[in-house]
Amino acid sequence: MSDTHAGKFGPYGGQYVPEALMPAIEELTDAYERYVLNNEDGFMDEFQDRLRDFGGRPIPLQYAEQLSERYDTDVYLKREDLLHGGAHKLNNALGQVLLAKYMGKERIIAETGAGQHGTATAMAAAHLDMPCEIYMGKTDINRQRPNVFRMRLNGAEVNPVTVGRGTLKEAISETMRDWATTVENTHYVIGSVVGPAPFPQMVRDFQSVISEEARHQIEEQAGRLPDSVVACAGGGSNTMGAFANFVEDDGAERSSAEKSSGDEPRDRVDLIAVEAGGSSLAVDEESGVAPNSATLSTGHEGVLHGARTKLLQDSDGQIMESHSVSAGLDYAGVGPELAHLVDEGRVTPANVDDDAALEAFHRLSQEEGIIPALETAHAFAYLHENPDAVGDVTIVNVSGRGDKDLETVIEETEKRDLDVDVDMSIFEGAM
Amino acid sequence: MAENERLQAVFERDEPAFIPYLAAGDPDYEASKAYVEALARGGADVIELGLPFSEPIAEGPTIQNAIVRALESGMTPDRFFEFVEELDVDVPLVCMTYYNLIYQYGSEDGPRPFVEKAADVGLTGLVVPDLPAEEAGPLRAACDEFGLDLVFIVAPTTEGERLERMREQVSGYVYVQARLGTTGARDDVSDQTDESLARIDDWDVPKAVGFGIKEGEHAARIVRAGADGIIVGSALVDIVADGAKSDDSVEAVAERLERKARELKDGALAGAADSEPRPERT
Ligand SMILES: Cc1ncc(COP(=O)(O)O)c(C=O)c1O
Repeated sequence: MSDTHAGKFGPYGGQYVPEALMPAIEELTDAYERYVLNNEDGFMDEFQDRLRDFGGRPIPLQYAEQLSERYDTDVYLKREDLLHGGAHKLNNALGQVLLAKYMGKERIIAETGAGQHGTATAMAAAHLDMPCEIYMGKTDINRQRPNVFRMRLNGAEVNPVTVGRGTLKEAISETMRDWATTVENTHYVIGSVVGPAPFPQMVRDFQSVISEEARHQIEEQAGRLPDSVVACAGGGSNTMGAFANFVEDDGAERSSAEKSSGDEPRDRVDLIAVEAGGSSLAVDEESGVAPNSATLSTGHEGVLHGARTKLLQDSDGQIMESHSVSAGLDYAGVGPELAHLVDEGRVTPANVDDDAALEAFHRLSQEEGIIPALETAHAFAYLHENPDAVGDVTIVNVSGRGDKDLETVIEETEKRDLDVDVDMSIFEGAM
Repeated sequence: MAENERLQAVFERDEPAFIPYLAAGDPDYEASKAYVEALARGGADVIELGLPFSEPIAEGPTIQNAIVRALESGMTPDRFFEFVEELDVDVPLVCMTYYNLIYQYGSEDGPRPFVEKAADVGLTGLVVPDLPAEEAGPLRAACDEFGLDLVFIVAPTTEGERLERMREQVSGYVYVQARLGTTGARDDVSDQTDESLARIDDWDVPKAVGFGIKEGEHAARIVRAGADGIIVGSALVDIVADGAKSDDSVEAVAERLERKARELKDGALAGAADSEPRPERT
């Protein structure tokens, strides 16, 4: 992988956190190396058993007949929406809560945007019998209510965060403040490939089961590697999970040692990260608002939430308020490894706007019988807008299901004149 | 390691240093200037000025709200430097801010332009709560180049090798975090303070304790425990916040701040009077 040394990815990554947290981060780094990388005490075996029995892995790779015909390309869906909890988030949450247990921690905290990571963490904590508190911005509490109830049903406390716009950025800041107070007995289960090292690489490792399975599955089903993998990106955990085992398929000439054994050049698998274009890519410096979350395309290097990465910020370095119709993509930062892979030309950043995501949401629901999360819908909107850019065989990562988004979708669909036929009367009596 | 002479001179005196904090521009530029000047009149020996950053992860609600007020009133890094230049105080000023603002300032990425400008307007040091010793290399180098001190925070959780690494990098004074958590005024003094002070007992650099100090009593107690200085933020910011909320005149709020500063300074002096004579600092 591309982590070179001390949790850096090229110029990105690092550990920009208050001193009070540094000992805990050193302790976590040590535990990550021992249990995750070296399977000490059979940690990884237990993790995989639990992912199977509690999570429902392995998860199918499904050939999408309607989409394949529509786009004249073989479209395969990695169905992370079928993972317990309804999103890829449990891969990471279960891994980290189990790790906390191995470390002897007594309490779990986490931030959440869409509520999917909070739900997955609450589930994992209940499953492993750990007390759990979740921080969630007030804007997100309002737009992802079903997940608030799911977290509470699993016994987690949900703490509303009222500063700022009340979205993911503020929730992460507030969880870090809790951690700075309770660090001695508490583990912070960060929800994406963001934050100080070792979180970005550790979360990627827990999520990389997505591409580990998908790689075998596509070889079995299509007899070849895909030409591309498409995934939405907020912080980028489903993205890095879906890309990790394809990063080295970069089409490059092999080294002379490999060549002498007569191998062909590597296959090339394009990796496409789709961010939220929101309502516009323009930014309003004056009010500090970026009406999008297209960090990889429009962001500039800086330091936020423990890592150096690409950020939406004004020219002074103040972090902007991002925007997306999907709470899970609504973040002004992005994982440092993704930022690096974009700089290296290995990952192609793309974005689609709110309208396109809503249209894709309806299209996938109508044509494939899959109601995707609004986050996930961004990946499908990309496919719709760029069917020629994905090659003959593509894998789209279905990062989650859309039950949590129904209220938002009804409201936002009503406001718009979308390019798909939606009969609003289907929603009568829904709200 | 560069030692800023003005800062050094403060700690060479035979009395504990009182180091108040306010967020620059809270609740607005002019009032904030008057408030900082009031602290100087109240006996401040060094003043920590917060340059507000939009994501202050080390701050509790009191200072978070101060930062929101300051940002809303238009405080920016450039305005902050003007603010420092215009202040009519003759105690050393230390800037407390987060790394991204330092990193972004000026035409090149990296901390050098910020530090150059900071030195130019007469700041004597920097405190950067989201920059642990591991990541501080470039900033340490820039501070050495321009003669600024870089103050590090020792937390209750800092031990062993980490302490040693910090000891090598710190200058000016070491900020002893009195308790785990974020900033905010508290009603008691944590026992963690004594433990933290004991751990760095043999360090040459002066030790200033902050996080939670609210009253003269607390200041006395902490100086008795061996601190060379006390840092007080939220208890003063609370006065600014109350004034802003009830729309009190700038003069009235400034007077309250001066009085509170005096109480804290007197507390620190009383603590020193009760304790053993302080060892000569060389
Ligand atoms: C279904 C789904 N997909 C994607 C995301 C975005 O997160 P990440 O970019 O870390 O995969 C979220 C976040 O909440 C989500 O719920």
